[in-house]
Amino acid sequence: MKARRADNPVTETVSALLIPFMQIYALYLIAHGDLGPGGGFQGGAVFAASLVLRAIVFGLDADEERRYERLAGACASAGVLLYGGIGLLCMLRGGAFLDYKALPFADPKTAYHLGVYGIELGVGLAVAGALLLLFMKTAGSRDD
Amino acid sequence: MTEPGLLRTAAAALLLALGCLAMISASVGILRFPDFYSRIHPAGKSDTLGIAFVLAGLMVWEGFTLVSLKLLIILVFMLIASPTATHALAKAAFLDGLKPWKRGGDGA
Repeated sequence: MKARRADNPVTETVSALLIPFMQIYALYLIAHGDLGPGGGFQGGAVFAASLVLRAIVFGLDADEERRYERLAGACASAGVLLYGGIGLLCMLRGGAFLDYKALPFADPKTAYHLGVYGIELGVGLAVAGALLLLFMKTAGSRDD
Repeated sequence: MTEPGLLRTAAAALLLALGCLAMISASVGILRFPDFYSRIHPAGKSDTLGIAFVLAGLMVWEGFTLVSLKLLIILVFMLIASPTATHALAKAAFLDGLKPWKRGGDGA
């Protein structure tokens, strides 16, 4: 990946300008998912896209590639764990799977909202990690 | 959203029509131009112009609200990102050795 990269001031400047806004927007999509358009999947996809853009434009050395892969795998697993954990916690407290009202909060409305937030965060982490991992496995230079 | 009067409706309609015209001409250009470099020319420029016109028309229709501010942010994003993507495409093709089309050369 590194070898074919040509230094290009246009793409580098624009990417450096846009990537922070993309990442903020991804977090907004995840946090805003239960009120408007967006949600965990879209937010995670935008976040992964920002990291893919960074990898394409600026290139990654072998060390960064290894770190990206490890981080992406950990994020994907943590997202699934968070989703399933919230669902199973609801079952442990006597509700159905993902029955947010059973979560240990005083107000069922608060419990519902925080439950949805947790689920959206889990989906976002899983999607971002999985997409980044797919990119690293297909475009990366490591072959293990 | 404040209710648009006759003048604002007409201005919004005119901007939307101009945007549609630019996008249709871009589509025709993409289909009819002879090679890669001349095709990304309408894809990059006329499409950006069309999107700018359409978003400007929607902003005029919407009035001075949060929605039109969001449309303005989208417009600024498109004006920065779309030409950059076209530039990256053209540069990648050039570095890969694709030769520009010439009249009378080989290929359609």
